[in-house]
Amino acid sequence: MNIAAGEMLAITGLQVAVEGKTILNSIDLKVRAGELHAIMGPNGSGKSTFAQVLAGRETYEVLQGSARFLGQDLLDLPPEERARRGLFLAFQYPVEIPGVSNIYFLKAALNAVRRHRGVDELDAMDFISLVKEKLAAMQMNEDLLYRSVNEGFSGGEKKRNEILQMMVLEPVLTILDETDSGLDIDALKVVADGVNSMRSPERAFIVVTHYQRLLNYIEPDYVHVLSGGRIARSGGPELAIELEQRGYGWLEPGEGAVP
Amino acid sequence: MTAGHTSYAEDFQAVQATLPGAGVPWLQQLRTAAMESFLDSGFPTPRTEDWKYTDLRSLTRRHYTPASRPRPDSITVPADAWWQDELQHRLVFIDGHFMPELCPLGPLLSGVTITSLARVLEQQPELLEHRLGHNTDLEQPGFNAFNTAFMRDGAYIRLGAGAVLEQPVHLLFIATGTNASLRPVRNMIVAGAHSHATVIESYVALNDAAGLTSAVTEISLETGAHIEHYKLEEESASASHIAGIYVTQDRDSRFDSHNIAQGGQLVRNDLQVALNGPGAATALNGLTITRGRQHVDNHTRVDHNAAQACSDEWYRGILDDRSRAVFNGRIVVHANAQQTVSHQHNHNLLLSGDAEVDAKPQLEINADDVQCTHGCTVGQLDEEALFYFRSRGVDATMARNLLVYAFAADVLERIRLQPVRRMLEQRLAGRFMETEVLDSLRDRLSG
Repeated sequence: MNIAAGEMLAITGLQVAVEGKTILNSIDLKVRAGELHAIMGPNGSGKSTFAQVLAGRETYEVLQGSARFLGQDLLDLPPEERARRGLFLAFQYPVEIPGVSNIYFLKAALNAVRRHRGVDELDAMDFISLVKEKLAAMQMNEDLLYRSVNEGFSGGEKKRNEILQMMVLEPVLTILDETDSGLDIDALKVVADGVNSMRSPERAFIVVTHYQRLLNYIEPDYVHVLSGGRIARSGGPELAIELEQRGYGWLEPGEGAVP
Repeated sequence: MTAGHTSYAEDFQAVQATLPGAGVPWLQQLRTAAMESFLDSGFPTPRTEDWKYTDLRSLTRRHYTPASRPRPDSITVPADAWWQDELQHRLVFIDGHFMPELCPLGPLLSGVTITSLARVLEQQPELLEHRLGHNTDLEQPGFNAFNTAFMRDGAYIRLGAGAVLEQPVHLLFIATGTNASLRPVRNMIVAGAHSHATVIESYVALNDAAGLTSAVTEISLETGAHIEHYKLEEESASASHIAGIYVTQDRDSRFDSHNIAQGGQLVRNDLQVALNGPGAATALNGLTITRGRQHVDNHTRVDHNAAQACSDEWYRGILDDRSRAVFNGRIVVHANAQQTVSHQHNHNLLLSGDAEVDAKPQLEINADDVQCTHGCTVGQLDEEALFYFRSRGVDATMARNLLVYAFAADVLERIRLQPVRRMLEQRLAGRFMETEVLDSLRDRLSG
């Protein structure tokens, strides 16, 4: 199979079930390097399932279809391989890990990714200065580095911490799973700035969100609306604005869905 | 009553005259009474409530004979058993026999005695007359009586008022024996007013030494004394280890216990602390790590006998394969013990579907102005956390190991004695980590 120029992710006919219930029916999506795609949709439309299945969550069962990431069959790879090849999921609900410090978690992750890329692990000094630089950009308190991963973090701190990890790991494809939910406007801007600082012709983003609000700060190239486990409609940034005004009701399956 | 335990009467007859202090009337009486009590009660059975979850058949169907003194030149102590070469205060016991040839004692402060219990029994038995057996649990005569009858040696540590030992005292108990060897150990620690010391009891095995270790340690803390006690149990996978630590605390004293069980086929620890004076405080920290068919039973009991005393208990278990653990944590707040503060936490991690834990917190509160909490959990590795690690590029095996390690971390972090903490980190890392991870662990722990 040829990789189309700049093609990063090619999803064809993806059908996914969880506990025997089909959540995603038939998803087709192509993402090229440099692009930012927003996936919108009402609650229960399968947005988070889509994000998690791309990251390799094993509780989801792929029934049909394929997903190729940089020319490789993504669905055959364990989650850690996907991460090492440059895929990053910012979790909707970041996990608390008591007993593992945030800084150690970052270091273990970065070393795993760097080993895969064939570059040396960073020495302690370089690592800490890299982390501190990103930490400042995310306007995070330094003591969060030395606390257990996400334990006792506020909702906003958890989301910032996800973006911090992204900035340290420098993935080529980032999937943000409702990173905006529960953020106040200041935190939302910080998160958006973090994402925007990473945008480049080599990287791509899939931003999963319920609300158009985040897209005021992170401008998408494409907007897709997920409904009933399918992409019901695709368009440019104007689609997000239309959704904000009209809601999701007019897109229920069978009404104006894109074939 | 256990069939076969009466055969120990013959062993007792045979060795009685050779035991230290054999000519001392009160001691002879103590031993004889203990033997009678043991013959009467036998070893506990599952019908004994406190032994409900611990099947002693593997122990009771064997007969153990007191191990004889080995020749010192026949022993090569494994290097890692020392874990810190430069220690001044160390007593080495092999199969229950004091071996001063293997490790001469360094100079001591005045007011401090660190010696073998047998020497005291021989030379100054009056020091022990009203102490020996004073702290042990008389409701549970079986193993304690057995130990008192056969006790030969162990450590005697006496800290005079105000004596502060800067360096820890390491009591190293090495098992070399066969299946049938009995290693009785009896320790006595008396901490005078406002004295302070750190004492480590470590139990290791040469080769695959089996047999039975029967250990009893009695610790008395006078006003304002502070003892930090470590028990590091690393016997062989075929050994039995039955131990009791009995502590009494006077006013404003502090007793910190770190009880780490990693070895042994059948292990039982009874840890009982009596807070007898106002302002006394104890912290009981425990970590049990089992695999194969190991069985480790920790029974702790804290008696709040006085007002304004504190107890804080943190026990964790990590169980793999078909191993079993028991945690029974009893806290008794007596009627006059107002303003007691007591917290108990017990958390267990099952790494295998065949591992089993019986956890039983027991709080008995008879005073009305108290602050008591307890929490107990049994769980498996957090799948969400595993996925989180993997989604960041960390492979499944390492993620799993890190999570197991992290589970133990809060017990390790409470260990103040750095060499012990480092040794345990290495042991744990050796068990749950690939070696390359060791260095990065340092970073984790140092932040």
